[in-house]
Amino acid sequence: MGIPVSYSLRNLSTRRLTTTLTTSGMALVAFVFATTLMLAEGLRKTLVNTGSYDNGIVLRRASNSEIQSGIDRYQASVVETQPEIAIGENGQRLVAKEMVVIINLQKRGSEKPSNVTIRGISNQSLLLRQQIKLVKGRMPKMGSSEIAVGESIARRFKGCDIGEKLYFGMRNWTIVGIFSAGNTGFSSEIWGDTDQFMQAFRRPVYSSITFKLRDYSEFHKLKERIGNDPRLTLEAKREVKYYADQSELMTKFLSILGLSLTAIFSIGAMIGATITMYAAVANRTSEIGTLRALGFQRMSILVAFLMESMLMSFIGGSLGLFFASFMQFLTISTLNWQTFSELAFSFTLTMEIAYKSIIFSLIMGFIGGVLPAYRASKMNIVEALRAR
Amino acid sequence: MLKLIFRNAFRHKLRTCLTILGITIAILAFGILRTLVNAWYSGVEASSSARLITRNAISLVFSLPLAYKEKIRGIPGVKNVSYAIWFNGTYISEKNFIPNFAIDPKTFLELYPEYTLPEDQKAAFFRDRMAAIAGRKVAERFSWKIGDTIPLKGTNFPGTWNFILRGIYHGAEKSTDETQLFFHWDYLNESLKKTAPNRADQVGIYIIGITNPNLAPEVSEAVDKTFKNSLAETMTETEKAFQLSFVSMTEAIVTVIQLVSFMVIIIIIAVVANTMVMTARERIGEYAIMKTLGFGGWHLAILIFGESLFITMVGCTLGILLTFPSAKIFGAKIGAYFPVFHVSANTIFLDIGAALLVSLIAAIFPTWHAVKIRVAEGLRRIG
Repeated sequence: MGIPVSYSLRNLSTRRLTTTLTTSGMALVAFVFATTLMLAEGLRKTLVNTGSYDNGIVLRRASNSEIQSGIDRYQASVVETQPEIAIGENGQRLVAKEMVVIINLQKRGSEKPSNVTIRGISNQSLLLRQQIKLVKGRMPKMGSSEIAVGESIARRFKGCDIGEKLYFGMRNWTIVGIFSAGNTGFSSEIWGDTDQFMQAFRRPVYSSITFKLRDYSEFHKLKERIGNDPRLTLEAKREVKYYADQSELMTKFLSILGLSLTAIFSIGAMIGATITMYAAVANRTSEIGTLRALGFQRMSILVAFLMESMLMSFIGGSLGLFFASFMQFLTISTLNWQTFSELAFSFTLTMEIAYKSIIFSLIMGFIGGVLPAYRASKMNIVEALRAR
Repeated sequence: MLKLIFRNAFRHKLRTCLTILGITIAILAFGILRTLVNAWYSGVEASSSARLITRNAISLVFSLPLAYKEKIRGIPGVKNVSYAIWFNGTYISEKNFIPNFAIDPKTFLELYPEYTLPEDQKAAFFRDRMAAIAGRKVAERFSWKIGDTIPLKGTNFPGTWNFILRGIYHGAEKSTDETQLFFHWDYLNESLKKTAPNRADQVGIYIIGITNPNLAPEVSEAVDKTFKNSLAETMTETEKAFQLSFVSMTEAIVTVIQLVSFMVIIIIIAVVANTMVMTARERIGEYAIMKTLGFGGWHLAILIFGESLFITMVGCTLGILLTFPSAKIFGAKIGAYFPVFHVSANTIFLDIGAALLVSLIAAIFPTWHAVKIRVAEGLRRIG
């Protein structure tokens, strides 16, 4: 027969201040734990969603990002005619030969210049990327000085609203559309006609070729053929993998930072819990004696005190998670070290992160409470009753 | 009084030790985080105000023609000009990140006196076209010796490039980056002329030494004006501004780290306050007795504050002492990303300030409680 849970609960409410302090410490730790996971998750989602599962991308060998890559027109035409590439409804091959450059634009508000990716697109670019939706206006006409900007660019950079003109590459470009690319890296890009951009930037090479596969499983054949072709200095990657590689460094950095912080924080919180629980045990020595005298087992005493500490941590964890869930409204923009361009992503809360945070707080409560609870259960009945 | 504080602090050995441990860890974390933020700005710290950086106005990705060099040199206020290209080769695997640049050796080393090289190594570096020099840290990391061949796999410039290490430079100051590798721009250019003629005779940035730092705005403007409406317009700014622009792009992360370092402080406040509240609660009876004996509220306040201060300061000292070795370990682990990682005096002062703040805030509540307590009520608790 165990001691009822209500005993543990009511004990918590007797010493309100101490409980509040300890719980808020726990809540903070859970908050930090959850937000760092959310950050890494948000970044991963943004970058991985950028790629589609049955798309491939071709870049110059040994280049880690589109910026470093260069593919001349001749090589591009070889890639274009590979048999594994899917054919669209109008009989055209689903291949997008694109060029990517980076320019500096000023942010709204802070006036600070930041790097923005400019992508020269071809007719098929939109077909290959199902996640792109027009929000306002229209897509740029091929062969004109029109551009469309991603949502997060329109929001965060000066002079990037519809109808405004941007000046780069010695020309004025009119913004005719704003597109949304969901939670992907494309939202931080500016799109226009490849050939126009090549002219403007005097850069007569493509950066990458994206294509849709006829059949998902045929990728390795194409990869091998492109890799072994003596005319080509290129390599093919699955788009999903390419974008995951891009985020590797950042994700790694964030998770190392997050985990080391959480580790340090949790030690602090556990110490707080231990102190609180020891005091609770010390204050209630005679109570424990009474309980034991009434015939409760050592085990039930141990469980009762552990319960108390875990309840405290559970409340703390839930609070922390509650506040962390508000972080979803925040967008963070930072420089992606691997592509050298600005990237915006938001905190993403998943079920997995939610239960991980709660479990993590419970573990903290358990570790913090186990020593004091053990001490309480080990007490000698007579001595305990004698204590005041 | 002091004796009383000291004895009081250790009445509850376990609790006090746990609290001190908590503070130690928190101060340690705080110190490391501050150091990390400083490391972020190390490039800015190391830059000189007497140097300007000229880059392509579109963005750093675009290059500038070599022909600009002489034009820039002719601008009044310019002392000397050098140029460099961000080569971005990888050494063996991408994990070994080494910043590597193709430079014009003579002018570059003139402009950067903080990279100190022994004279014979300098001469050897100038003489040999395939020569490279590397910073002390990076040479130690891969245990390179003078005369070793260092292969770099090109990313921006395809192929494998072999360099012969002719010198190892040391930083003249603590903030100097000792993780870079420099080689001859000519070596790169010769090869580009053969393989990619349209990319030859181009440089990434121009570094301009000016006669007087106060001339920076005028010179920058003059340089940019010279190349206005050309195919490659320039943007010139001081080296500090140039470095800051990199940092500001990653500002979000820095802000997060700073926020977190303050959160650490809040958590210790909670832990210490918790300890102090309990201590005070246990000693209500004593306080009542002391009041009966004629000690005033001030005495009690000093007692409680003193104890809180004592505990936090012990923890703080331990934390600061531990910061140095752990910063060393940390620095070794992430040295690839942060060339400079050392604990500054400023960090130590912040540590101490934070600890003081914690001890004061934590003691307020229990003190107020103890001072307010009515003697009769307090005495009732003594059995």
